Amino acid sequence: MSAGIVQIRGVTKTYTRGKQSVEVLKALDLDVAKGDFLSLMGPSGSGKTTLLNLIGGLDQPTTGQVIVAGERIDNLGASALAAWRARHVGFVFQFYNLMPMLTAQKNVELPLLLTNLSASERAHRARIALTVVGLAERATHKPNELSGGQAQRVAIARALVADPTLLVCDEPTGDLDRKTADEILGLLQTLNREHGKTIIMVTHDPKAAEFATHRVHMDKGALADEPTH
Amino acid sequence: MKFFPLLWATLWRKKTRTILTLLSLVAAFLLLGLLQAANSLFSGGTQRLGANLLITQARVSFTSPLPMRHLSQIESLPGVEVVSWSQFFGGIYKDQKNFFPQFAVNADRWIATFSECRLPPEQAAAWKQSRTGVIAGRTLADRFGWKVGEPIPLLSQIWPQKDGTRAWSFELVGIFDDVTEGSCPRMGNMYLRYDYFDEARQFGQGAAGIFVIRIKDPGQTERISREIDAMFENSPDETKTQTEKEFSLNFVRQVGNLSLILNSILGAVFFTILMLTGNTMSQAVRERIPELAVLKTLGFTNRMVLLLVIAESLLICVIGGLAGMGLATLVMQGLAQSGAQFPPITADARVWQLAFASMFGVGIVVGLPPRISIVDGLSGR
Repeated sequence: MSAGIVQIRGVTKTYTRGKQSVEVLKALDLDVAKGDFLSLMGPSGSGKTTLLNLIGGLDQPTTGQVIVAGERIDNLGASALAAWRARHVGFVFQFYNLMPMLTAQKNVELPLLLTNLSASERAHRARIALTVVGLAERATHKPNELSGGQAQRVAIARALVADPTLLVCDEPTGDLDRKTADEILGLLQTLNREHGKTIIMVTHDPKAAEFATHRVHMDKGALADEPTH
Repeated sequence: MKFFPLLWATLWRKKTRTILTLLSLVAAFLLLGLLQAANSLFSGGTQRLGANLLITQARVSFTSPLPMRHLSQIESLPGVEVVSWSQFFGGIYKDQKNFFPQFAVNADRWIATFSECRLPPEQAAAWKQSRTGVIAGRTLADRFGWKVGEPIPLLSQIWPQKDGTRAWSFELVGIFDDVTEGSCPRMGNMYLRYDYFDEARQFGQGAAGIFVIRIKDPGQTERISREIDAMFENSPDETKTQTEKEFSLNFVRQVGNLSLILNSILGAVFFTILMLTGNTMSQAVRERIPELAVLKTLGFTNRMVLLLVIAESLLICVIGGLAGMGLATLVMQGLAQSGAQFPPITADARVWQLAFASMFGVGIVVGLPPRISIVDGLSGR
């Protein structure tokens, strides 16, 4: 295994809802190698999305260390964490989370608004990203004019366009039929194998997990076993 | 600027709601603009009335006449420059709807007193020569398309002639203008000769409705007013002296404090519309919390998201506000040009200040999204 791009050390996460505290992650350790395609599996409530959120810098642990792309992110402030996300992480969600009023092209350009690129350069890079996901001809369409699979491809293009270190996918095929899901997973596999993208994917679906190079099972806030190939 | 297309697209994500919100804002700010018109109406255009003009009327009511003997006594006071007098004529021109203010005055004294109005010398001479001659302000002359030489038949609602007829015949011999832009606030009035009127009227000879006093120093207003009223205290013809502005306001107040009532109603409607619109906009922002959370996942900071949302709500408030105020300006211009009995309405800086404060206040308040974590935002909590 090559150098770890993600290092999780003794991480716990406790949520407080009203008077009740729930420990979602329990002293968890995990390493993910650069160029890996890791699948996080487990039943609902096992803590896999919480772990993904910590790796993606969307949330912070109660205790422990989260080191991603060589940077310790568990103690970064909100603004620094936002800048870190813009540099290092691309997100793909179950329900695509595209901006409904923007075209596919403009949705993909969104992360580039945070860079110093000119408008023409942003448009150029967005076109390339759409071409990579096979959706160049739908660039002017809005999300409601796209199928679920097409919308997810746009979301993947948006995640890729700023060339992040890591792709973080939360149930990316959870809203798709089997055939379309396989196409999307094939695309992720291509991005991993041919473009060297490190991908961490949360899924319930064992078939989806088969597309990953490693699989980790979680249960009750802890890893159930060592990564399997 | 690179964020503007995002801002604009977000603004129009629900076209119907945006259009209705904009229309509400236009309606609210149109009302605010019309408040200005109402204030102008009830102040009678008094902001342009001279600070160095005093009006002396009978203490009991401006409808009670004052004897002409007061004239010389008022003139004798130190600080008084010139004294004129006038009597309200109350005539209708051809049709009931054609009412405008007419006053019987002494020509020489009128010219000396109202020096902010310019009557060409040859027309002034013609007025002094013609007992049935009248002069009119440019606004009034334009309203009816009058030219010098125009016969002006009037039916007085107050003053019959000695033969009992209320029909009076005059001839327009002069049209007066501003000396400087907006200097003459009497451009909608007509003036006839007091001497002819006084001889011809059936009753009330030798009395004036009011005295108009031009004083040398506006700083002496209070002293001179007090001294005039003191001169006639405990006489059968006690007086009440005040500035021309105060006199005009009191005239309007005869019908009750309509200004307060109208302002209160319009103000309440304005703020109600504004609050309802603000509530709708605020709701629209909250509906988009998951989208705002997505922006944060892409690397937008809390501050950037906040600024984007505030900029969006400010944009809609400013567009709606300016459109409403612009429409109100057009309405006010239309009223001013209609020739109706409406005083000139000038742009009031206070109304614009209130308008901008409202636009920015509502824009900022409704644009403040609730502070929410990305995780909660994405899960729709």
